[in-house]
Amino acid sequence: MRPLLRRTLTDLWVVVILALTMGQAGADGRTPVPQISRGQGERCVEPVQSMRRDHMRFLQHKRDETVRLGVRTKKYSLKECISCHVKKDAGGKSIPVNAAGQFCASCHAYAAVNIDCFQCHATTPDSGNAGGKISSYPALPRLDGSGGPRLAAWHGEGISVPVAK
Amino acid sequence: MSVESKKDQGGRGIHTSRRRFLAASATVAAVPGAVLISATMARSSEEPAPAGPRWGLLIDAAKCAAGCDNCVQGCNAEHGLGEMDSPQTDSQWVRKVGLRDKRTGYESSLPMLCQHCEQPPCVDVCPTGASFKRADGIVLVDKHICIGCRYCMMACPFKARSFVHEDLHDQLPAAPRGKGTVEACTLCMHRVDRDGSGANTACQQACDKAGHGAILFGDLNDPKSRIAKALKALPSVALRADLRLNQGVRYRNI
Repeated sequence: MRPLLRRTLTDLWVVVILALTMGQAGADGRTPVPQISRGQGERCVEPVQSMRRDHMRFLQHKRDETVRLGVRTKKYSLKECISCHVKKDAGGKSIPVNAAGQFCASCHAYAAVNIDCFQCHATTPDSGNAGGKISSYPALPRLDGSGGPRLAAWHGEGISVPVAK
Repeated sequence: MSVESKKDQGGRGIHTSRRRFLAASATVAAVPGAVLISATMARSSEEPAPAGPRWGLLIDAAKCAAGCDNCVQGCNAEHGLGEMDSPQTDSQWVRKVGLRDKRTGYESSLPMLCQHCEQPPCVDVCPTGASFKRADGIVLVDKHICIGCRYCMMACPFKARSFVHEDLHDQLPAAPRGKGTVEACTLCMHRVDRDGSGANTACQQACDKAGHGAILFGDLNDPKSRIAKALKALPSVALRADLRLNQGVRYRNI
């Protein structure tokens, strides 16, 4: 096939596929656009674009400093992110940041990136407040058959891989 | 500076002016540098844990009653241990051990916890480097890297470490813990990093609150600390001293 023709056809396919998939997103699509809960104070420790792209880099370097060296500054501390961005329910109790629609989960559900931080870390700044319960889809199936990789995530419903009892 | 060059055999010039410069700077550098005074007050959070202090415990087994487990309760409450209410698989960062001398029948009891050795076997065997010793002597597990192989648990002569068998919920912010990793006493490093030599470990706090006063925490390297004075004045032993691990936790009256 001639190079120009091949390129044109490839471009057409790309456009078609993008139109089909991107149409799913957005306010009227099936995946809700993330809503980052505004934290306290005027602004975050980093600009939004920088935080969006680099927040894991900040967190991972900071965690090495804290764990290995005992440096406990607040700037990129996970605890501080949570204490600033956590939302409280009507009764004044903190809502876990990995619950559906909350601080971490809203972007991560949209990007379909599972996070396992809260298997260990507390999800609220207060003690013993439903921490660790993973509300977004857990990567591994649980013993009762729930969880597991969501095979049809773009349809909004989750299909778990059944576990033989 | 004029450059005098002497030609050696290879035809390269030797710059004796540089030699004179180096000799002059060496004498300047010989002036003794400032002596680092180890900070005994709480340090600023930007600074890493300093290498000056060495944290340790002195435990007086004579003040330890056989049935008492205040220290265990204090530690569990501080770190959120025992939440799964499953004694078979719950983590034990500190446990009470009863000892009986076979010949005399003398019985004593003491809390057993991570000894924070100077030469920790758990650090030596860890395949990933997750088990490590901080500059101030506290031996820790980096749970981001721990793969849960439990080699450190096998290597520890005191069986101080515990493996987390189940999914955990309601962890405390100061003590992240998770399934599939190994954990042990951290000498309350979250308190130590915040309060320095004025810190109170949870076990010491619980023991003092109950009025027993068996546990003493402090900086072994600071000759003015209570623990250093107590170690100097009174006899104490390290458990399994034959292993020559130079533990930071020492016992009296066992």
